[in-house]
Amino acid sequence: MISASLAGLGRASLGLIAGVGRAVIFAAQTLVALIRPPFYLKEFLQALLTIGYFSLPVVGLTALFTGAALALQIYAGGARFSAEQVVPSIVAIGMTRELGPVLGGLMVAARVASSIAAEIGTMKVTEQIDALVTLSTDPMRYLTVPRVLAATLAVPVLVGVGDAIGIFGGYLVGVTRLGFNPANYLQNTVDFLEFWDVGSGLVKGAVFGFLVALVGCYYGMNSGRGAQGVGRATKSAVVTASVMILASNYILTEAFFTS
Amino acid sequence: MIELQGVHKSFGPKKVLRGVDLKIDSGESMVIIGGSGTGKSVTLKCVLGLIAPDAGRIALDGQNVAKQDRDAFLAKFGMLFQGGALFDSMPVWQNVAFRLLRGSLKRPKSEAREIAIEKLRRVGLTPDVADLFPAELSGGMQKRVGLARAIAADPQVIFFDEPTTGLDPIMAGVINDLIREIVVEMGATAMTITHDMSSVRAIADKVAMLHDGVIKWSGPVAEMDTTPDPYVRQFVSGVAEGPIEAVR
Repeated sequence: MISASLAGLGRASLGLIAGVGRAVIFAAQTLVALIRPPFYLKEFLQALLTIGYFSLPVVGLTALFTGAALALQIYAGGARFSAEQVVPSIVAIGMTRELGPVLGGLMVAARVASSIAAEIGTMKVTEQIDALVTLSTDPMRYLTVPRVLAATLAVPVLVGVGDAIGIFGGYLVGVTRLGFNPANYLQNTVDFLEFWDVGSGLVKGAVFGFLVALVGCYYGMNSGRGAQGVGRATKSAVVTASVMILASNYILTEAFFTS
Repeated sequence: MIELQGVHKSFGPKKVLRGVDLKIDSGESMVIIGGSGTGKSVTLKCVLGLIAPDAGRIALDGQNVAKQDRDAFLAKFGMLFQGGALFDSMPVWQNVAFRLLRGSLKRPKSEAREIAIEKLRRVGLTPDVADLFPAELSGGMQKRVGLARAIAADPQVIFFDEPTTGLDPIMAGVINDLIREIVVEMGATAMTITHDMSSVRAIADKVAMLHDGVIKWSGPVAEMDTTPDPYVRQFVSGVAEGPIEAVR
């Protein structure tokens, strides 16, 4: 009984280590392919459009409502110790440092990691990946590199736009519901916001974008057979990408703000 | 010439290939027959390098394929996949001209399109199909497009993986005839895997019977119906009684 349990634990541990090893090797291969030709410009631009431009509405709406809710919460919380005036600065710092990149990254993970995993997984089960190889085209360079590069470049831009929209959401609530003077609200926002507040969020966005696309491609390339295999790959991609965003966010925050 | 010597391949505990020996001369059309799950596709994928064999040697024109430059090696091949494996994100002509639009065989876009349309004509499709997407085509048309893609770069060797699977008998006959015509016309070496006996008779110069991971019999297609080999006799006649277990 005990030996069976230990054997099961050992198998699970070995499986986990092997999985992590495969993912690390995949990431290393992607990084090598990023700097070695051939490069597929058309596929990169297509990925940039799909990942960046088409994610704008969902990231923008998320940021708008988050900024608005944040303003209400800070106002209500600040009222306990007569600090309502901090609303503009806390909304700005909260959006740029944390909520903009994290929520933007999570929305991109839901939208992009799933679609990449499903697309590449379907290509795998319908032998399109094998067809690429027989047509002298490396799937890593043709499928993975354009998507990873596009996400790494596009997500910081999405985060920047999301930051601005989130701050605007806080401004709208502050001015229309909480009685702030519009000019004072904007002045407070600008006065307290530092370059690194925005810059750190953009760096986080680049890291999240890299992770989201990498995870989507990894699960797509390693998809199981049939509809169930593709479905499982898609689900795993979203879950893994989301957890990795939250974990890497903590690590980056430690690195950026605790020294 | 393609030569396989003692090729082994296992997936976990399952031994799929147990020492495949096979020789296909240049310009010859070899058809590998065998039941489902006997390793036909794995054999083909081993030759192409899509799957690495565990042991054995695979040579093209005397050169070990494992030691050849991959791009140069693959440029000699064309392949028709079982389900077509067309890229559904691009129109038909870009599928056909895929190899001509990138890599070492890259040509100007207009020239690549012209070649694609010419190849589509060769497989019996009109130029108006060129701008459609694969999802808009019937199964038979997708096979033809796959065939056009396989021959687009005038390869020395063409592989056909179950070329008639999923087609009605009339369309299967049309595809078989097309394959035979094209292979003869191009003088290409062809390797086809199938369990469709009408394909075998239409396409093959020689036939090899793969069962239990080894080649049980090989010979000219004319001898297939008269061979005393019990595996081939059972497979050709399609009866349950014989050395091949009906339930695998």
